[in-house]
Amino acid sequence: MNKDLTKHHAPGHSACAGCAFPAIVRTVLNEAGENVVVGNATGCLEVTSTLYPYTAWKVPYIHNAFENAAATISGVERAYKILKKKGKVDKKIKFVVFGGDGGTYDIGFQSLSGALERGHDFFYVCYDNGGYMNTGNQRSSATPYGTSTETTPAGKQSFGKMEVRKNLIEIVKAHGVPYAAQANVANLTDLKKKAKKALETEGPTFLLVFSPCTNNWKFPTSQYVNIAKLATETNFWPLYEIENGKYKITYEPNSPKPVAEFLKTQGRFKHLFSEKNKPVLEQIQRMINEEFARIARLAEE
Amino acid sequence: MERGAIIKHDQSKAPKTGNWRYMKPEVDKEKCIGCSTCVGYCPEATIEMKKYKEGQKDKADIDYEYCKGCGVCAEVCPVKAILMKKN
Ligand SMILES: Cc1ncc(C[n+]2csc(CCOP(=O)(O)OP(=O)(O)O)c2C)c(N)n1
Ligand code: SF4
Ligand code: SF4
Ligand SMILES: [Mg+2]
Repeated sequence: MNKDLTKHHAPGHSACAGCAFPAIVRTVLNEAGENVVVGNATGCLEVTSTLYPYTAWKVPYIHNAFENAAATISGVERAYKILKKKGKVDKKIKFVVFGGDGGTYDIGFQSLSGALERGHDFFYVCYDNGGYMNTGNQRSSATPYGTSTETTPAGKQSFGKMEVRKNLIEIVKAHGVPYAAQANVANLTDLKKKAKKALETEGPTFLLVFSPCTNNWKFPTSQYVNIAKLATETNFWPLYEIENGKYKITYEPNSPKPVAEFLKTQGRFKHLFSEKNKPVLEQIQRMINEEFARIARLAEE
Repeated sequence: MERGAIIKHDQSKAPKTGNWRYMKPEVDKEKCIGCSTCVGYCPEATIEMKKYKEGQKDKADIDYEYCKGCGVCAEVCPVKAILMKKN
C-alpha cells in the first residue's frame, strides 16, 4: 500500500477492478492536506468506500443522501465559520464534496446551485462517468449523445440517447463562481494543478473530472487511462478552466484525432459504427468541433 | 451499529481485495526505469517505489494484499516492464 497516496482514501474499497475514480479522489485530496471534511453524494464512490463495518475514509466523511451533498457541506462550512468566529476552532479546514454526474447534474443540482449562490467556501468535485453506474447504467443528463444505456438502449428504433449532454460548467459559471474547470483522470498533473488552484481560491469552486467506467462503458479493466487520454486527444473532453470569468485551455492536442477513435474503444458506442448510424457519428463529430471552437474563441477573448 | 453511527477507519478490517485477482502483475525490476507513471493510476494505490539496487533509482513494487489485477499498471508503463501473468 502506497503511504503517500492513502492518507485520505485507503485500499480495501470495492470499486470495480480498473475503475477511474480512486485516482481522482486521491489526487484531489492530496492537495487538500490533512484538515479536510469530505461530503459525498450517493453513488459508486460512496457505496464502494463505506462497506460496513469498514470505511476507506481516514478523514471526516459525511454521506447524507443522493440529492443534498452540497447542502450538507454548506451546513458544515457555516458551522465551522461560526465556531471559528467564537474562537472554538483555529485550524484552517477545507471542505470538499465528491458527487457522481447523476448526483451533480441531475438530482443534487438544486442543492449545488444553492450552495454556489450562497457562496460557501467549498470545493465541489464531480467525477463524471456519464450515467447512473451504481444502479446499473441508466442515462443521466451527463450521458453523451448517442450512448446506449439501460434506459436509452440502441436498437431498431433508436441510436441511443437522443439528447445532448448538459453543459454543466456553463451553468456553474453563470453563478459567478471564482473558479470552475474541466479535468481528466488521464492527466493527473493537470488535475492536481486545478485541484490546488480551486482549494486555494476563496468561495465556491467546481471541478468536472472525466472518469471512465469499465463496467458500464464496456471496456477491459486495463483500459481506463488509454480511453480517458483519447477523450482529450479527440477533443471529446477538452481541458480548460474559467478563472473569474476568464477562459483558458490548459492542454490542447496538436492534431486532434477523429472522435471515432475514442468511441470505438467502448461497447456503449458499438452501434454507432453501423451503416444506419453513420449520420449520428457525423453529428457527434460536428458537435465536438463546435464546442471546442466555442471554448477556443472564449479563451482568445 | 456503532454509537452515533461514527465508523472509524481500521485497515485491519479492510477487505483484502487481492483475492479478486485472476491475473497478477509482475514488475521486471531490471526493465523498470523508475518513472513512477504506474503509481498514480493504480486504483488500489498498491504500488510504491522501493529501493532495489544500490546506486539505482527506486523501482515499482506491488502490494498483492490489495491488488485486484486490473492490468492498468501494465498498460501505462512506458517501457512495458510490468507483465500480467496467470495468478
Ligand atoms: C433519492 C434517490 N434516488 C435514487 C437512488 C438510487 N441510486 C443510488 S446511486 C444512484 C446512481 C448514482 O449515479 P451517479 O451520481 O452518476 O454516481 P455513479 O454511481 O455513476 O458513480 C442511484 C440512482 C437513491 N439512492 N436516492
Ligand atoms: S460501476 Fe463503473 S464507476 Fe462504478 S465502481 Fe465499477 S467501474 Fe467504477
Ligand atoms: S494490476 Fe491494477 S490493482 Fe494491481 S497493481 Fe496494477 S494497477 Fe494496481
Ligand atoms: Mg455517474
